[in-house]
Amino acid sequence: MKCAVVVFPGSNCDHDAYYAVSHVLGAKAEFVWHKDTSLAGADFVVLPGGFSHGDYLRTGAIARFSPVMSAVRAFADAGGPVLGICNGFQVLLECGLLPGAMLRNRDLKFHCELVGLRVERTDTPFTSTARSGQHLRLPIAHGEGNYYAPPDVLASLEAAGRVVFRYSNSRGETTDESNPNGSLNSIAGICSEKRNVVGLMPHPERACESVLGSADGVVLFESVAQTLSAGARV
Amino acid sequence: MKARVFVTLKPSVFDPQGHTIAEALHSLGYAAVSDVRQGKYFELDLNVPTSANAEQLATEVADRVLANPVIESFRIELA
Repeated sequence: MKCAVVVFPGSNCDHDAYYAVSHVLGAKAEFVWHKDTSLAGADFVVLPGGFSHGDYLRTGAIARFSPVMSAVRAFADAGGPVLGICNGFQVLLECGLLPGAMLRNRDLKFHCELVGLRVERTDTPFTSTARSGQHLRLPIAHGEGNYYAPPDVLASLEAAGRVVFRYSNSRGETTDESNPNGSLNSIAGICSEKRNVVGLMPHPERACESVLGSADGVVLFESVAQTLSAGARV
Repeated sequence: MKARVFVTLKPSVFDPQGHTIAEALHSLGYAAVSDVRQGKYFELDLNVPTSANAEQLATEVADRVLANPVIESFRIELA
């Protein structure tokens, strides 16, 4: 099993993702430069966090046009698992692989903290070994994570069960206080129609060992490993 | 030929920055400023012969790159 970690100019969680896959999961990981046109035979792809192209214009707006994104799109269209974390999620939104857009956090502050999440769906390649309703503690680090989608798009996402993670408190309740950025419906992560593309603002790759304050992020990587080893591409 | 592109959040989309600026203005006593919407402004130098070409090119660029149609709309002025 091999993971391609895409590196944009300004990515800064690429090494964290590489470490989570190679050292924690024990799988093979390879960096793929944004100007590359192939994913080097990867079985799953991570678009990492960071500030691709300095967040110029809009977060993820320039990265969307990187040559590697054609390969990512083809891979996703063929059912390959793609995980977009933070800025990687923003890139997926900008390129249309996931619906919606990010606004500035409602309090205009950059939030860097551990937050609570509730796993809503376990029928994605990145949550298949999680428990429905499982509480995860993962770090966030973003200024623009205020998820927005037009009312009709939001309704269709909810109807199709495509909200994968919601911000929640430790009792599993989604409250205004547990929503760090103002995201609609407390949305922290969503998936594509075919469920193989998942994007989330929190950073599972930064929470894979208890020494880091939480090891709850491992479940996303274990899930994709299990999904791939079962040969069951979603 | 030059084109000016104004990008703003759609009216239905909450603008946290504009809201904060409006609150700051109110605290300064500018109660008559009832709302603020923040946007982006671009100046494009276009190497095209006609204003129709300029409008078409600027529209394409604004729609594809400068604005995110999910949350933003744009307006073009030719100069």
